[in-house]
Amino acid sequence: MTNSTYLEAGRRAVIEEMERDPSVWALGEDLGRGGVFGQYKGLQDMFGAGRIADTPISEACIMGAAVGAAMTGTRPIVEMRFSDFALCAIDELVNQAAKARFMFGGQMRVPLVVREPVGMWRSSAAQHSQSLESWYTHIPGLVVVAPATPADNLGLLKSAIRCDDPVVYMEHKNLWALEGELPEGEHIVPLGKADIAREGRDATLVTWSGMRQGCLKAAETLSAEGIEAEVIDLRTLWPWDRDTVMASVEKTGRLVVVHEAVAVSGFGAEIAASVAEALHFRLKAPVARLGAPRIPIAYAPTMEDEARVSPQRIVAAVRKTVQPAEVS
Amino acid sequence: MKEDPGLRRDNFDRERFLERLALMHRIRAFEEEAIAGQKEGLVLGAIHPSIGQEAVAAGVCGNLETADLMLSTHRGHGHTLAKGADALAMMRELFGREGGTCGGKGGSMHIADFGVGMLGANGVVGANIPIATGAAHALKLQGSRQIVTCIFGDGAVNRGPFMEGLNWARVFDLPVLFVCEDNNFSATTRTRDMTGGAGAGARAESLGIDTAEVDGNDLIAVDAAARVAIEAVRAGQGPRFLTCHTYRMTGHTSVDPAAYRPAQEVEEWRGNDPIARLEVALRMAGIEEAQLTDLHRTEAAAMADIARTARETDWPEAVGAFTDVQDVGDPRERAY
Repeated sequence: MTNSTYLEAGRRAVIEEMERDPSVWALGEDLGRGGVFGQYKGLQDMFGAGRIADTPISEACIMGAAVGAAMTGTRPIVEMRFSDFALCAIDELVNQAAKARFMFGGQMRVPLVVREPVGMWRSSAAQHSQSLESWYTHIPGLVVVAPATPADNLGLLKSAIRCDDPVVYMEHKNLWALEGELPEGEHIVPLGKADIAREGRDATLVTWSGMRQGCLKAAETLSAEGIEAEVIDLRTLWPWDRDTVMASVEKTGRLVVVHEAVAVSGFGAEIAASVAEALHFRLKAPVARLGAPRIPIAYAPTMEDEARVSPQRIVAAVRKTVQPAEVS
Repeated sequence: MKEDPGLRRDNFDRERFLERLALMHRIRAFEEEAIAGQKEGLVLGAIHPSIGQEAVAAGVCGNLETADLMLSTHRGHGHTLAKGADALAMMRELFGREGGTCGGKGGSMHIADFGVGMLGANGVVGANIPIATGAAHALKLQGSRQIVTCIFGDGAVNRGPFMEGLNWARVFDLPVLFVCEDNNFSATTRTRDMTGGAGAGARAESLGIDTAEVDGNDLIAVDAAARVAIEAVRAGQGPRFLTCHTYRMTGHTSVDPAAYRPAQEVEEWRGNDPIARLEVALRMAGIEEAQLTDLHRTEAAAMADIARTARETDWPEAVGAFTDVQDVGDPRERAY
């Protein structure tokens, strides 16, 4: 085992896959200088300016070019800088990348990975802080991945690069410096498999990305009160690991879904509804979901925090689920 | 049409232009059958005919190799046939039948035939430009001698991806020929009323791309201009841009009566028909009338057979709605 940051783990994944497969290349703004967060630092020296390509600030063309390049025998890694900026390339991702294989009757595939960092990070305000994963889970053809640990950022990014489907790969900006152990040698995490981050008998917390940490903190606090929460990190949002979630809720009888994104129409709604449909008669309490209020994310910390799902808010939601009579 | 002494030269390639004429007849016959098929309810969705624009498809694609790549638009039947796609498979696709180019999943606006380098028509105006640019980028990374041709209409020059794609192609010196098939209309609006400055070519030149303009209803001129541009692109000189001035004889779709155009303008362009013009040139080059008539009849009859066969073909199995979606994840989740 070696210690690594979440950022360095992603960098290692790119290096390993580029060494393994000469058809893998990366394109985006400022990659030659390491990318906006340093995820590509030194890679242009290792692989050359052809395979670590600096591009104009042309998000639509970055994504569209990757679609054409993926149809032409290469496996592009698309760097979108911030998931907010990827909205400039929605046609290219949603109408083109996601649909080409089906629309053209399966004549080809579009193997590309779109890295689009998400989440609240250092007073970055409304256009650099969003978590828009639910938009992409809605689109047939796309795989959606949101790693929460260094090991997962290594293993999931490698899987995403090897996947023949277009993958929207959402790293959380607040996790770049997070440290953790990486296994030695080849480390692959399969797409579509959740991670049980903490076992527990009383309630199931389903989460992903930056909220994994918040849920684990909340679970510690709850444990001190005698409430054992099971924390499931979905890791991949589409396809999501139904079996792991259902098995956990069958055991605990309680579900709280927690995500940083706006709660309204968030992906938590899909999980809550699916569990309610499948396990209605096994539930000991109504399913609950936590997300941000439907407000743009503010700059000043006092207002920014109004959009944040804190461990305290998670604790309160679990308590309410476990002891409904005492709360009302 | 004035007699062009150049056409009497000994090196006038009769066989080449007879072949191009046959292709133009094939494209027109295809679209006439498709329009007739739509009236009968056989073509299920919208179609955007290119009648009157056949010289662009035939002139440009006649200079491409099968291995070269091409991207087209919603008005792409002509380009696709000219790139070598099978007309029966295309007609089946328009009729939504089994054995269609895309298995009945795409229809007219999403025809693609990767086997002949046709990387797709596109339902979104201008969206093919970045994709073509990226295909050319991949070819350059691979050190291939193939090139990419991207055909789009005059309406596309007002979309952002036009600027982004052309700039990108210049910055990376990519092997791509951009062809603006200028038929004067952006859907149902005259393009010049919606376009600042001098338009397509001037915008390409402002990005440092060498451009040429040609009478798009003159097959011989399109052929010559495309050859020059394609040779330059294949020689590694980076992107080229070719504007072909033509006219859309139908409305935006086959059911658009196009009442927004003066009748006189349409009549003038009818007298400028690219097929008739090439026939004039071939007559001057000594081709017998009977051969021209026969060539037209042969193509029209073959297309009528194709339409008959297509209408007799079965529907695709419904289960196809769940295939070719994605490898990871089950498209049957929540299927009925």
